Amino acid sequence: MVVFQKPKSLTDTVMHYCPGCTHGIVHRLVAEAIDELGIEGRTIGIAPVGCAVMAYDYFTVDMVQAAHGRAPAVATGVKRANPENIVFTYQGDGDLAAIGMAETVHSAARGENITIVFINNAIYGMTGGQMAPTSLPGQVTQTSPYGRDIQQVGYPIRVSEMLATLDGPQYIERVAVNNVKNVRNAKKAILKAFKNQVDGKGFSLVEVLSSCPTNWGKTPQQALELIEENMIPYYPLGVYKDRDLTEGVAKE
Amino acid sequence: MARVTFEKDKCKGCGLCIEACPKKILQLSEDEINLRGYYPAMIIDQDKCIACSFCAIMCPDCIITVEK
Amino acid sequence: MSDKVLMKGNEALAEAAIMAGCRHYLGYPITPQTEVAAYMSKRLPKIGGTFLQAESEIAAINMVIGVSAAGKRVMTSSSSPGIALKSEGLSYLAGCDLPALVVNVQRGGPGLGGIQPSQSDYFQATRSAGHGDFRMIVLAPSSVQEMADLTIKGFELADKYRMTAMILSDGILGQMMEPVQLNFGDIKQHDKPWAVTGTGCQREKNVISSLYLKPEQLEDKNRERYLRYAAIEENETMVEEYQMDDADVCVVAYGAAARISKNAIDLAREKGIKAGLIRPITLWPFPKQILRSAAERVSAFVVTELSMGQMIEDVELAIRCMRPVLLCNRTGGMVMTPEEVLEKIEKAYSIGGTV
Repeated sequence: MVVFQKPKSLTDTVMHYCPGCTHGIVHRLVAEAIDELGIEGRTIGIAPVGCAVMAYDYFTVDMVQAAHGRAPAVATGVKRANPENIVFTYQGDGDLAAIGMAETVHSAARGENITIVFINNAIYGMTGGQMAPTSLPGQVTQTSPYGRDIQQVGYPIRVSEMLATLDGPQYIERVAVNNVKNVRNAKKAILKAFKNQVDGKGFSLVEVLSSCPTNWGKTPQQALELIEENMIPYYPLGVYKDRDLTEGVAKE
Repeated sequence: MARVTFEKDKCKGCGLCIEACPKKILQLSEDEINLRGYYPAMIIDQDKCIACSFCAIMCPDCIITVEK
Repeated sequence: MSDKVLMKGNEALAEAAIMAGCRHYLGYPITPQTEVAAYMSKRLPKIGGTFLQAESEIAAINMVIGVSAAGKRVMTSSSSPGIALKSEGLSYLAGCDLPALVVNVQRGGPGLGGIQPSQSDYFQATRSAGHGDFRMIVLAPSSVQEMADLTIKGFELADKYRMTAMILSDGILGQMMEPVQLNFGDIKQHDKPWAVTGTGCQREKNVISSLYLKPEQLEDKNRERYLRYAAIEENETMVEEYQMDDADVCVVAYGAAARISKNAIDLAREKGIKAGLIRPITLWPFPKQILRSAAERVSAFVVTELSMGQMIEDVELAIRCMRPVLLCNRTGGMVMTPEEVLEKIEKAYSIGGTV
């Protein structure tokens, strides 16, 4: 009996990500959620600009490739055009929390019935490792070669906490994919974020603390350890907003 | 019987599966290079596998199938 | 609705869009196009449509991309600085081969400029709407009726050629009231098998993307797109000619400037100068051939524009500088009088004379 295999909604294409990059894990979790909810035929994915720009090659569902940071706006258009479709965006930290912050905040404030999978690896991966809005204080990157100086460039943005202050979102959780236990939790969160949309509950975002071995200059395993040691203390895991809990379990 | 299979030629040799395996029965090949030029992950003691799927859960390239 | 009704240009345009089957409007407030958004916000929710005021012009055009990708007729409207912000999206629409109707009710620039009518976005519309090799179909109405008619046409052309059609209007046409007949007969709708609507697990997935990392592919894609553009130049160029049969002086003007120019032509004819008008209705495709052949028949041109002189470059190019071309212009929101145009016609006539 097969106890684990590639989900159906993931294509056979070999992903272009670097060895040990956790994008692949999160892609799989998204595909598993799509499979488990039986929504492959009506799901539309929005690919960002960043390392996941070619995400449209990796899912079997209809896909749109959006401009940098604009995925939530494109998703809004797709969802409003055909509300029966399940629409998700898959975005990195530069895309979602820098150039696309307005689109992120306002889609959340509108309670747009979409699902956002937010990869926070504290760096711009695709362009070669520049400082991101989520880069940690002191973090060395290509554009913060002496370490992120908070006096000079300010502090990282905790996206989940910030969005949770809005009334619009249904569900916001931060997870990590640095070990088996956390990946399993991430899976539950992503599944819930999709199910919320299927149930018409509204805006759901899962922030996934991820690694970038190449641009962090670490081995894949060391990079996962850094998630535990450096990122989780600054970006605590957990549910930041869940209207199911605060407003009683909504109508099923 | 528990069985783990790898799509060898899609492996990038990152080794995350090896770290995740509680039975320590995975390793990177030392002599075989796959089509993509990596030393792929492989199982060295199938009999000890407990089909926990930890390797597959941590595999970023989704190349592992687990049966039992 | 075959009777004429009195409507503002912006409202006639909005109602025509609804009649064309547009049920999605995404926009951001800016003067002087506000009536379009206000009209849509009133009408669309009543007919099962979506009006959404976006957080920015950029978000609005990207929402347009989303609706269009999903296969629905969609529009946005803005004014000059707002269109500049939409540049990114206009380029993506082109790169993704997505249809959309974008309305620019122009105001004076550069920068924040003013809110009075202008035609200083001609370059922006016909040349530099965004980065990369691409074109937009640019339609220039000159009456409230045309605000409506060209909106219908714009949706049809956008769908037919899978590209953006822009209505290049201005504050005069947007705000003025004229009787208009909203009866368009059969409006063409197009199948959109490329749209992202969900595979239903029945077909191959559709991908809408402007990314081509292989230069050979990107070149092929751009060449393919330009073949389509060539067909548009061949088949879709539109002009209105006024008093051109025996004209010695040809005035070239579009939109509001063309209305003023017609008055000036009548004044010139009263004075015995045979003037005529060629009014491009499509600014892209530009009526190059029509102007070229007019250059064989007239002795001089006057280009009337509410800008520092932008379309004049296309006129000079089209006629290969065979004849003198004079500019009659006001800018910054100022509008020329028919007498000012007449003065230029007389000057052109004194240079060129009778053919």
